[in-house]
Amino acid sequence: MADERVVIIGAGPAGCRAAEALVAAGVRPTVIDEAPTAGGQIYRRPPPSFVRSAETLYGPDAGKAQALHAGFDALADRIDYRPGTSVWGLAGNRLFLRSCDDAEILPFDRLILATGATDRVMPVPGWTRPGVYTLGAAQIALKAQGVAIGAPVVFLGSGPLLLLVAHQYAKAGAEVAAVLDTSRLSDQIAALPLLAARPGLLARGIALRLKLRRRGIAVHQGVRPEEIVGDDTGVLGIRWRGADGTTRQLEAKAVALGWHLRSETQLAQLAGCRLSFDPIWRQWAPAIDPMGRSSRPDVYLAGDGTRILGADGAEVAGRLAAAALLADIGRPLEGDRARPLLRRRRRLDRFSRGLARAFPWPAEACRDLPDAAVLCRCEAVTAGQYRATMQQAGAAEMNRAKALSRLGMGRCQGRYCAAAAAEIMAGEGGDVSAAGWLRPQSPVKPLPASAGKIDA
Amino acid sequence: MTPPRFVRLAETARPPVRFRLDGCDAEALLGDTVLTAILTNAGSLRLSEFGDGPRAGFCLMAACQDCWIWTEEGGRLRACDTPVTEGMALRTTPPEETTWPTNAS
Repeated sequence: MADERVVIIGAGPAGCRAAEALVAAGVRPTVIDEAPTAGGQIYRRPPPSFVRSAETLYGPDAGKAQALHAGFDALADRIDYRPGTSVWGLAGNRLFLRSCDDAEILPFDRLILATGATDRVMPVPGWTRPGVYTLGAAQIALKAQGVAIGAPVVFLGSGPLLLLVAHQYAKAGAEVAAVLDTSRLSDQIAALPLLAARPGLLARGIALRLKLRRRGIAVHQGVRPEEIVGDDTGVLGIRWRGADGTTRQLEAKAVALGWHLRSETQLAQLAGCRLSFDPIWRQWAPAIDPMGRSSRPDVYLAGDGTRILGADGAEVAGRLAAAALLADIGRPLEGDRARPLLRRRRRLDRFSRGLARAFPWPAEACRDLPDAAVLCRCEAVTAGQYRATMQQAGAAEMNRAKALSRLGMGRCQGRYCAAAAAEIMAGEGGDVSAAGWLRPQSPVKPLPASAGKIDA
Repeated sequence: MTPPRFVRLAETARPPVRFRLDGCDAEALLGDTVLTAILTNAGSLRLSEFGDGPRAGFCLMAACQDCWIWTEEGGRLRACDTPVTEGMALRTTPPEETTWPTNAS
């Protein structure tokens, strides 16, 4: 089959590896990426005027980051690469693009979505104050800009990124007040059999804890955040309930929040891909077969946009999605090259289930969010207002509640409130999957009116 | 203007970039985003339209859209993924002629 128009959206670990595999088979894909340089978030590259070494930026993953960047850069004249370009809509077989003030409609025959993920956040009273950022944001600030989000910083949440970013901050000379982890040591012990699927990473996680302790940084486990306190200038501190039930408070000028990641699924949803509920991660995500084929025959998915496996998993998934696409257009890879990748993917999957178990999403704390707390930060909808749409207006799923409360209708389109809102809707002992998922609307990112001229 | 929020830890030898913030002269470094440029000079980026106070960005990866600010000319830009450039004139409040009613105060 000659010259199918293949488009990859996203140039993180999944998109880069998919592009490489397609080029190796003689396909010339279009690669669209919002960032100015390829690498995604975890292997994000600083601007050209920066001088820190890859070892400083990426630590023990420097080799992986450099390999990914070099592999992608080598494709330059064999792909149609569109950095700095947002895909704001998708209808049928057409993509709607914007780059600065230029708009374009790009048709495709086959599409690989490698849209990645954003931080999964639990709202905490006071989380709209200046100085509160996601954990990913804290890492980007340091890696791509050489700055700390403030001083001193408290790291609050759970998951592998929590200790990692806290340690990166301390190592770079930032003032770290404390790490507040909502998970308990017993959660981690219960997850050990699954985490043993990647002994190297498990050891790295344990070492991080020791390194923080050596620097004198307290790591409190089993915490329940109560409030990020402050005034009009921003964050002044944080109050939480410790595992022993006592209330404690600490001064801080910045708080980094994060509980793992959530898949960025809007484009897959606009494409009409079927979603399935992942009970382990408690989130809806596009359903795929082991290779990355979605429910729509011309759309493939790879990376954290469909399943949270991290950067290593995304590289594997990118290669698998490309292999599936090549097989479907009658150019299968020689031999059975997918087999070792599938085996590796299963191992990563097992480890990922271990992470979800070791650092659980605090569903109960979400359900107990005080009525006065802001749940939707875009439009300042409180938890109480959201509850009222369910109790008084009878909204039983998220889209009805969105229409009535405006939660999910603002700037972020529900990216940062929907996970907690679903827990509130489900209530205690309720089925969180029954809350459903927010239907995305085009444009999925804001579109300046100046980007009006479209050359189809 | 509230005190600067971000703290520079590395990459401080870059050439300076001069810009204007709310009518005052300010300085950033080559390679800074507009968000970094402002928050190394001030404490926040904008006021929430819903009356719940100032905001200073949130995700830094172009997902939350909490960091859209204004230019003196009345244009809008997303601070976290727009590089600061020499002579930019930025505002943390809308220019008067483009102000529309909100609950911000």
